[in-house]
Amino acid sequence: MKATKILALILATVLALGLAACGSAQSSKDKDGVIKVGIVNNPPSESGYRAANVADFEKVFSEANGYKVSTFYSLKNDEQLNAAQQFITDGVDYLLISAAATDGWTNVLENAKKAGIKVFLFDRMMNVDESLFEAAVISNMEAQGKMAVQWLLDQKLPEYNVVHIQGAMGSDAQIGRTKPLDEQFANGTMKCVVQQTATWDEATAKQIVESVINSGEKFNVIYAENDGMAKGAVAALDEAGITHGKNGDVVVIGFDFNKWALREVLAGNWNLDVQCSPFQAQKIHEMIQSLESGGKLSDKIVINEERYFDCNNITQADIDTYGIGD
Amino acid sequence: MGSLIKKLTRSQLTIPLFALFLLVVYNLIRDPEFFSIAIATNNDGNTVLTGNLISILNGASAVAILSIGMTLITSSCKGQDISVAAVAAIAGSVFVSVLRSNEITIPVLLLAFLFSCVVSVLFSLFNGVLVAIFKIQPMIATLILFSAGRSIAYWINGGATPTVSSPLITSIGGFIPGIPIPTPIIIMVVFLILITLVLRLTNLGLYTQVVGINEGTAHLNGISPVWIKLTAFIISGVCVATAGCITVCRIGLINHETLLLDAEMDVILSVAIGGNALSGGKFNIYGSVIGAYIIQALTVTLYAMKVPSAAVKAYKAIVIIVIVVFSSPVVKDFVIRMYKKLFKKQPEDEVQAKAA
Repeated sequence: MKATKILALILATVLALGLAACGSAQSSKDKDGVIKVGIVNNPPSESGYRAANVADFEKVFSEANGYKVSTFYSLKNDEQLNAAQQFITDGVDYLLISAAATDGWTNVLENAKKAGIKVFLFDRMMNVDESLFEAAVISNMEAQGKMAVQWLLDQKLPEYNVVHIQGAMGSDAQIGRTKPLDEQFANGTMKCVVQQTATWDEATAKQIVESVINSGEKFNVIYAENDGMAKGAVAALDEAGITHGKNGDVVVIGFDFNKWALREVLAGNWNLDVQCSPFQAQKIHEMIQSLESGGKLSDKIVINEERYFDCNNITQADIDTYGIGD
Repeated sequence: MGSLIKKLTRSQLTIPLFALFLLVVYNLIRDPEFFSIAIATNNDGNTVLTGNLISILNGASAVAILSIGMTLITSSCKGQDISVAAVAAIAGSVFVSVLRSNEITIPVLLLAFLFSCVVSVLFSLFNGVLVAIFKIQPMIATLILFSAGRSIAYWINGGATPTVSSPLITSIGGFIPGIPIPTPIIIMVVFLILITLVLRLTNLGLYTQVVGINEGTAHLNGISPVWIKLTAFIISGVCVATAGCITVCRIGLINHETLLLDAEMDVILSVAIGGNALSGGKFNIYGSVIGAYIIQALTVTLYAMKVPSAAVKAYKAIVIIVIVVFSSPVVKDFVIRMYKKLFKKQPEDEVQAKAA
């Protein structure tokens, strides 16, 4: 009995000492001027986009740039919330979050605020009060759609008969990229031949275009809401002997800036590809540096600048710089 | 007449064939030229056949091939493999990574296919061992690869969506120069002939059904249920690799997230529409294949009708509910009873009169 008591006492002492040791280690690092960052993101396996996104953050938030980074990946909101809470307990200086779902974050962000931790959102917005985060660097899917539609209008085609292949219904990208085109359909500048979802699936996109070709209806634009579906659509055109791209009968538009897709644009097989930039790290890095040097941030919502390339202005260098994947 | 009706109500192919017939008639009324086949020249300069009929036969080939393997698994294991689409993503990824590390020639293509077959058979055997030896419920056992499969494919692809392009790839996913029929249709037919030969020339079909109907009896008669089940998974593995490779070749791209997305459900549905009991036992491969064509015909019909994107799945569900309910034993019995009441009353009355 006595032995166990002594053992317990020793254990308790060791634990206490250990904790103290941890505590002192933490405070000493703070003095080095290293900025501690906790990143909560979706796993790189989610998509090629996410893989490029994760790689971008690994590159910018490096030890060489003066950061000490802890990262957590999950597709599940509750796991992300736990991880964010853990980062707050660990006492990071900045918390960067790309949320799996938009809801449920208020509590955690309030805790961060109480602990004096500054929060940045990237890639995805959440349903929280603006006072709870410093800034959000996000893509504007609707702006991407507008860019494509505006480019299409600038081509001054004699008529616009559009085959519109949508992504998974209800996803951010689908809603944003559909809206500007729907407006054109509504005001009559463009005619909707078919509007159908292929749920981001290449083979389904091919079948949809096949069915349009079989129906014998005229069309001269394919607006596919991502690169894969544009590739599927082009496969159907090729099998039916319909020319496409530069000097072709059908204008092909894709989204996302995969390197292979940009190569199709460079080769003149497609007409246009619009970027969905996974590169938000540099912007956040700049904002953190400005905060560290006592500056203030001007905007809460920072729209990540995105661009497009068409078959007339693209170069190999552009593909190397902006393309994602391989 | 009576014997014909009896034969029809007994054959498990009646309902699927009738459903297919209705779909065809409906489309012909809607648009008489729906099934017309045209001849066109594709962008590679080949003369090819086009039209909705070709689209249906072509589009359904992957699911049809998968449904052959699924039928065997369903029959022998009394359950379904829900990981087929995820394993197809793995097989497709292996296929692409072999192709990308070599210059694409016919031997390399065959090697890549062989390689993806081996990998997919191994994964399928993993399922098979869990089901046959460890006696885990098929749906639970295959749930593992259902959730992990696409992540494994991601790892093989290195996170990207790699592309392959070569005239050889196009001739597998599209058309072989000089042959106007899409190659996937040809592959499907060859596959079906091979499976038919295997089932006719060996006792595999019979043994599979015996294992599905009564494992104990099978065992007592010297048939090893474990080996029969594993064989079903091996054949399914080959089916999965074939379906995966065809789908990759169609587009020249592997996207581990969307390759044959939700196809496992379509495959199980094909087996069910084909009149096969999902609780195992007797099976008919051709029923499942017809089931796959019904699903594809339905999809193409919905596209042609320009059903709004958000409603496609709901329309599909309604038609499928109708087919499945009509093929249920309860409805079948009801139809037989109604038929007897309507047409056989007279003889019965005569019999009663005679007896009196």
